Amino acid sequence: MSQKRAWQDLPKGAVSYKSSMDYKTGDWGVNAPKIDYDKCIKCNLCHFFCPEGAISVRDDETPEVSLDYCKGCGICAKECPVQCMEMVRK
Amino acid sequence: MRQGVSGAVYGDGEEVMAKQRLMGLNGDEAVAYATKQVNPDVVAAYPITPQTIIVERFSEYVADGEVETEFVAVESEHSALSCSVGASAAGARAFTATAANGLALMWEILYIASSLRLPIVMAIANRALSGPINIHNDHSDSMGARDSGWIQIYCENAQEVYDASITAWRVAEHMKIQTPVMVCLDGFTLSHTMENVMTLPDEEIQKFIGERGFLTVEGHMGEGELRLNPEMPLTMGPLDLQDFYFEHKMHQVEALKDSLEYIKDVDEEWAKLSGRKYEYVEPYLMEDAEMALIGMGSMMGTIRHMVDELRSEGVKAGMIKLRLFRPLPVEAIKKAVGDVPVLGVIEKAISFGAPASPLMEELMTSYYHDKEKPMMANYVVGLGGRDVSPDIIKQAYTSLEKIKETGKVERLSTYLGVRGE
Amino acid sequence: MTERLTLKQAAKIPDTLMSGHRLCAGCAHPIVGRMIMKAAADRPTIVTNATGCLEVATTIFPFTSWKVPWLHTAFENAAANASGIEAAFKAMKRKGKGPLAKYDRINVIAYAGDGGTYDIGFQALSGALERGHDFTYVLMDNEAYMNTGIQRSGGTPLAAATTTSPAGRVIPGKTERKKPIDEIVVAHDIPYVATMNPAWPQDVLDKSRKAFDTVGPKFLHAFIACCRGWRYDMADTIGISKLATQSCVFPLFEVERIDRKPVWKLTGQSASIARRPESKKPVEEYLRTQGRFRHLFRPKENKELLTAIQEGVDHRWEMLLKRCGL
Repeated sequence: MSQKRAWQDLPKGAVSYKSSMDYKTGDWGVNAPKIDYDKCIKCNLCHFFCPEGAISVRDDETPEVSLDYCKGCGICAKECPVQCMEMVRK
Repeated sequence: MRQGVSGAVYGDGEEVMAKQRLMGLNGDEAVAYATKQVNPDVVAAYPITPQTIIVERFSEYVADGEVETEFVAVESEHSALSCSVGASAAGARAFTATAANGLALMWEILYIASSLRLPIVMAIANRALSGPINIHNDHSDSMGARDSGWIQIYCENAQEVYDASITAWRVAEHMKIQTPVMVCLDGFTLSHTMENVMTLPDEEIQKFIGERGFLTVEGHMGEGELRLNPEMPLTMGPLDLQDFYFEHKMHQVEALKDSLEYIKDVDEEWAKLSGRKYEYVEPYLMEDAEMALIGMGSMMGTIRHMVDELRSEGVKAGMIKLRLFRPLPVEAIKKAVGDVPVLGVIEKAISFGAPASPLMEELMTSYYHDKEKPMMANYVVGLGGRDVSPDIIKQAYTSLEKIKETGKVERLSTYLGVRGE
Repeated sequence: MTERLTLKQAAKIPDTLMSGHRLCAGCAHPIVGRMIMKAAADRPTIVTNATGCLEVATTIFPFTSWKVPWLHTAFENAAANASGIEAAFKAMKRKGKGPLAKYDRINVIAYAGDGGTYDIGFQALSGALERGHDFTYVLMDNEAYMNTGIQRSGGTPLAAATTTSPAGRVIPGKTERKKPIDEIVVAHDIPYVATMNPAWPQDVLDKSRKAFDTVGPKFLHAFIACCRGWRYDMADTIGISKLATQSCVFPLFEVERIDRKPVWKLTGQSASIARRPESKKPVEEYLRTQGRFRHLFRPKENKELLTAIQEGVDHRWEMLLKRCGL
């Protein structure tokens, strides 16, 4: 309670003042994908299928997983057309 | 003009009156005409008697190109206010109007509009809430919305309706207030009754209204105006749980408290422009009064008439018209009441199961810790459009006289003008 | 019409529905939401969101996951909020007032769940469609009131067990069929209606783009698998979504108004099933993946109901084919 702002210091109209990027959901799950880059065909599907936006696409079009947000659902590993992702303990 | 009569001439009467135009308008038309002069960005409304004339007239202004307003003929009152909220959040001046069941259908969004701090203006043609269904006047609709965080102005006549329909914008948009406002006019008695209304030229109204101001807030992407703006995105209306909701309610407590301080500045400015000066409470013959009625709306005219009649009979009656109900101007009321020994609180609303009607309860609360206070009695009148005749008013004063004589309030609430009572 | 947005291009567009939201692991909402927001990124966009999973989980104060202006007010009025935003844009553009006035067009997107669309928000939606506001309504259909704890809605399919249509000893889940919302919306004579399934991202991008490029009211119906409410493993969200379309439970199509007539067209996977009817999977295959249909198989198979479900799906598929002139 003490670290939270007093009402006088909160923005009026109850608008949010923090980005959820500051809220790390990576500790929700126990597993995260491990990528075998040799197998990756750079299809980017995992980027689209990730509910968390935790898989970004690098300049070389390979995926990169952010453990800050990955909740370990495993959709990426399951949907990878070449099975280059494996769910492993974080 | 007489003391206590709204719109008493202020300043140099002739000068301010010279540019005004006398029009024959009913209350609804007065709202529509004032709103036309304001030229809001968005009007979203749904028809309900006795508010319909407002939206009909306004639609004509739109159809004739007299306003640049985007008129949205929505499919319900819930959507009327929801649309206004969307528009106001996007930075528009948004207006709507309703009555009774329409206001009830808006209920949910009333609280949301005020918590989002959206300066929407809404006219309420006060009408009895169903059921049974009734289309005539009482205050059960807007009284029920008294805790919704809106400012409420109650009008006595069409002139007040016109004036309040303009000043309401300045009140709502005042940087210290930024809260929606209801302009309440009694259904039929005011909404459908033609009166003389002095109006100002469009350009004077435009100048008076100015541009809408926005609160500056610190959002998640930086500081910006409290509006939906792609250049500085804000999240308006987030999920607000145990750890912050209470704090955000304090913002509204502060806004309504502050508004008591600043509404009078707007009224003062309007007085300079129009010559009509409004007070939160308007006492009439209270200096030496031995009994008085306090109330709101069109019946105050009848009460003033009865005060005159009683005075001519040697009875020292007085009255206090309350124009502002939210926020309740407690200090101003107490000042107006002075040391009158007996105060009747006359209301067109019931709070079922409560000791008394809303205004009565709030006044008793306000006086509770005072050593000097009047004896108070509550008179419920006029429900469902039942005529509040001079005779009814007389009964109230007769009751007050009895209280004064006996020193006892036998009934906290009395229902006047109902068969069987 | 802007050029097609490819997956490769879209992958480079930063998310405006950001990470750190608190939707369940495996939830389809942000999968679809992220794709739609990528498709919207070439134009200033304002989002309004009905009460529901997407709304609560992306904006728990003081946090927000939205990088675009976003408004939530209530459950039943997303379309009315959107009407107001659009009206404000038009009025202020006309008057040359405020920051919105400089844009030629903006995307106004209203997100609502099945409860907020089939049920409580239906009136506001119908009104907004009739009035012709320039906005895109996105129905995020997870087929029950998931946010309040999996209660049945008008969008819940026949036989699905929910907390208010439980599979009991006497009644086997929901006894009514899913409301044909797309047909109802098409009957409003609006310029564009489409269904979309996150299993086919390019299709989602294409239809979203088409919607945003079309002036007037648009309706996108997204299939939102819900591991919590449908009772399946969170990794299966896309797999189950695929099955829904492969079995014709959730066909993919779009309806464009051309020459004042609604022109129905199957797209993607559904178009290929129409070409090769033998590829249409039995509904049972879809139903078996989810706990909400478990009572159809255990303790003993409810053949009668399974047949009724299959017949219902077949019947609707036939009607759709007919509408598409096939």
